[in-house]
Amino acid sequence: MNKREDIKKTYKLYIGGKFPRTESGRYIKWIDQKQSTQVNICRGSRKDFRNAVVAAREALCGWSSRTAYNRSQILYRIGEMLEGRRSQFLDELILQGSSKKEAEKEINHSIDRLIYYAGWADKYQQIFSRVNPVALPYFNFSYLDPTGVVSAIAPNDSSLIGLVSIIAPIISGGNTVVVLASEENPLCAITFAEVLHTSDVPGGVVNILTGHRSELIGQFSSHMDVNAIVYCGNETEEIKLVQENAALNVKRPIVYSDENWLDKNTQDPYRILNTLETKTTWHPVGV
Amino acid sequence: MKTKTKKTDWFYSPAPESTDHIQINRKNDLFIDGKFIQPKKGKYFKTINPANEQKLADVAEADQSDVDKAVKAARTAYDKVWSKMDPAERGKYIYRIARLIQERAREFSIIETMDGGKPIRESRDIDIPLVSAHFFYYAGWADKLEYAFPGKKAKPIGVAGQIIPWNFPLLMAAWKLAPALATGNTVILKPAETTPLTAMKLAEIIQEADLPPGVVNIINGAGKTGQALVEHPDINKIAFTGSTDVGKLIMKSVAGTGKKYTLELGGKAANIIFEDAAIDQAVEGIVDGIFFNQGHVCCAGSRLFVQESVAETVISKLKDRMESLIVGDPLDKNTDIGAINSKMQLDKIKMYVDIGQKEGALIHQSSCSLPEKGYWHAPTIFTDVSQSHRIVQEEIFGPVLAIQTFRTVDEVIAKANNTPYGLSGGVWTDKGAKIFQVSKAIRSGVLWANTFNKFDPTSPFGGYKESGMGREGGLEGLMPYVNLV
Amino acid sequence: METFVNRIDQVGVQERVARLFSRSIKKESKINALHTVLSMIDLTTLEGKDSPGKVKQLCYKAVHLHDQFPSLPSVAAICVYPTMVPIAKKALENTNINVASVATAFPSGMASLEYKLNEVKMVVADGADEVDMVISRGKFLRGEYTYVADEISAVKEACGKAHLKVILETGELVTLDNVRLASDIAMKAGADFIKTSTGKVSPAATPPVVLVMLEAIRDYYKKTGKKIGMKPAGGISKAKLAIQYLVMIKETLGQDWLHADLFRFGASSLANDVLMQIVKQSTSVYQSANYFSMD
Repeated sequence: MNKREDIKKTYKLYIGGKFPRTESGRYIKWIDQKQSTQVNICRGSRKDFRNAVVAAREALCGWSSRTAYNRSQILYRIGEMLEGRRSQFLDELILQGSSKKEAEKEINHSIDRLIYYAGWADKYQQIFSRVNPVALPYFNFSYLDPTGVVSAIAPNDSSLIGLVSIIAPIISGGNTVVVLASEENPLCAITFAEVLHTSDVPGGVVNILTGHRSELIGQFSSHMDVNAIVYCGNETEEIKLVQENAALNVKRPIVYSDENWLDKNTQDPYRILNTLETKTTWHPVGV
Repeated sequence: MKTKTKKTDWFYSPAPESTDHIQINRKNDLFIDGKFIQPKKGKYFKTINPANEQKLADVAEADQSDVDKAVKAARTAYDKVWSKMDPAERGKYIYRIARLIQERAREFSIIETMDGGKPIRESRDIDIPLVSAHFFYYAGWADKLEYAFPGKKAKPIGVAGQIIPWNFPLLMAAWKLAPALATGNTVILKPAETTPLTAMKLAEIIQEADLPPGVVNIINGAGKTGQALVEHPDINKIAFTGSTDVGKLIMKSVAGTGKKYTLELGGKAANIIFEDAAIDQAVEGIVDGIFFNQGHVCCAGSRLFVQESVAETVISKLKDRMESLIVGDPLDKNTDIGAINSKMQLDKIKMYVDIGQKEGALIHQSSCSLPEKGYWHAPTIFTDVSQSHRIVQEEIFGPVLAIQTFRTVDEVIAKANNTPYGLSGGVWTDKGAKIFQVSKAIRSGVLWANTFNKFDPTSPFGGYKESGMGREGGLEGLMPYVNLV
Repeated sequence: METFVNRIDQVGVQERVARLFSRSIKKESKINALHTVLSMIDLTTLEGKDSPGKVKQLCYKAVHLHDQFPSLPSVAAICVYPTMVPIAKKALENTNINVASVATAFPSGMASLEYKLNEVKMVVADGADEVDMVISRGKFLRGEYTYVADEISAVKEACGKAHLKVILETGELVTLDNVRLASDIAMKAGADFIKTSTGKVSPAATPPVVLVMLEAIRDYYKKTGKKIGMKPAGGISKAKLAIQYLVMIKETLGQDWLHADLFRFGASSLANDVLMQIVKQSTSVYQSANYFSMD
């Protein structure tokens, strides 16, 4: 009997709803712990990041003006798609060193987290918007508006749940995002991009890069057309760099350190608020 | 009809607010740990009345060791008293401050006007009433924080360093102090060096209110003192209102320290007049937008966009209206536009007016005469300008308006957002649907529809983009002063 | 009809009024203002119980405001019902005080055009210098603006040399948008003055209404070069409020309108309050109404 050869997957970037290779042509050799599998991961460049920000900026208006109900359904759809492709994630998580039980747990939590933020998409506005009783003949109300284009450095120590926990609140609030996947465990990130791609998420809303954190963190934090940066990790120097660079255009630096993403304490609507702006409108009341 | 003989023109007689009952302390010390103390190095600087350049008082300059002392007092007060106090009791102190300010409102108004140059009408009718309103509003929050943040517990942050500007000296102090105190933080407040006097009066009130020593400390000085405060390792939170440049320096300075911060920075707001607006009220809104407080307002409507079909009418009405603005003695109750806050600011405004003219924009100024002594600038508008003019792009912080025309809604939204700033905006139209569409599209934290430059303690204020981070006022104004656990 | 709609924002108008009214008028400017106010008063009696005796008394008062102060100006006019015109005319012979008559089925205006024109012709023939007509508010509120305009034009023609004041009865028009539109219609149709109210409907002249009408006059002047006069009427009984209106005129229309040719107060009890203020200003002693003749 002839042995059939597997078709191996090429891991590419996800920018503007497309799966390009890095424009730099560079790659990172990724080998699993058992040395059984070898994958060439794109080593994303600052130009890839630049392109991703352009895509995210272009997608922003459309995404933020979707109805909350629609955004909610799309997030739910991501959860559905993830559920449907769990075996693929199981394989990759195990390949990246998880036990089967751990991998199952991470996938379950990831799906549940998407459903959690899907539910928030059409509710946070109701909880956190308000009518302000000003002492003047005006109707005054405050509501939440997306901060804009967000760059995100996903946690290094978690492959899928960390990525999902970062992306979901950002897009639930109507922002678009360029995220740098875990450098150590990048496989799930690109597979997750495929999930996004089949979930009615418009191109450019989520852009996923792989590459070296040390090479890209400066670009992620300094880009003048990025409105907020989410940093996950606890490297003091990196945090300092991100916060310093944020000053260039007063982008909002949001730092999540030492989070156990499998813990339910790491999910709450305040994380959506982190990339939202309060807008207050005044209007006279008269005839 | 029998006609009557003509009479001579009617003018308003001077109506100066009397200052005879006002006591300005000639020498102002530091207010640390509930006491007025001299600065370590014994250095004092003078503060003047910008309307006549006369010296009003000497004010102590805090150096590093004074800052240390203030932070230490604030830390002790935080640990031992304020963070542990029953919130309802904390609230009572803040209510008491609000009441004491109401009782002494006239005194505060007059000193604010003398020290800063703003018209008494504004300090009396806007600044000082809003100050007490702010304390009153946040006082009530002290024991209700559990309702403000669903699902979370709000804990105070610790010691807050607060640096405030010279355009609304006491009001900015209130914006900073009231929410910080209500949430259980202690404070070191640094007023601007050109306008320290009302804050020092506030220190008297804080004493009078029996606020525990060290809960509020007030120190004066220029940038260096502010820097010492920002860089102090035992500060947990910085709140700053001022220029975007300094805001960025603060962000850099606190990077990696774990200090929280809120920034209220510059602006270059678009004020948009559609052809279907109530034109006469819109003209008032333009005037309020740019000439309020001599244009020393971060949210000033300094970029005017008028739809072409009504541009001629609007500009002609605006020019007429500018003629009726009374420029002069800030203490005169009929003054609309007072003195520019400092020589430095006046020079900056003049520089931009020069730039505008060199760029080829058409200047128009009201024909008012300006006093000889003091710092003054006539209300000024520029027409024939475009997005690429510097007077359109950069914050002037004075009574200088840049006017552009537009044709379509999409065009004006794009132009309005074509700026690194995003503090405020104005939209004037009689059509409700258009208001919602445009106000949603304008990327700014405050949107005034058919009005401009309105403020209220319950209403959150703060910017998108380079106009700042965080909100002051309203429930949102509590957020920067709490840790949610 | 008017194709350009002038929209009015009520809150914005109220804020502008508050700002204008916060002007502090003291010392010399106050004395000048008080004298000006006196000279602008249309001393008014419009009651069903008016009699020749009452009108004669009022006319005497108009000439002799307060004889203890000889330098005072006289009021601008006496305003009466049509049947009182001959009496007022006679009483004011050899003075420079005008006789104004309300007309056109005042105050309701609920009569045929023919009736109204006859009434106008009658008062003019009796010697009225000024005619205060009312517009047909029912027609206006039904959107029959052409009818309203044509009626005013017809009355204007009937007035001949007499000056026409057009009463909008703003209390029945309710919104400031209506006030503005009615002002524009009246001026275009030939009004010499526009006037707020009959005094029979509440609210009468309110500061926002007066401001909107002044702005309409200003815009009309800018467009046509024609100076239309303004007369708030009803509810103005205090000198302070009258002075605030002077501020409003000065800052909206300018000095030219600070004159009885272009501005009037329709009032019955304002004159005495102004007199009391004038005496107070010169004596520094607060006054009592007992020392000032009622009419």
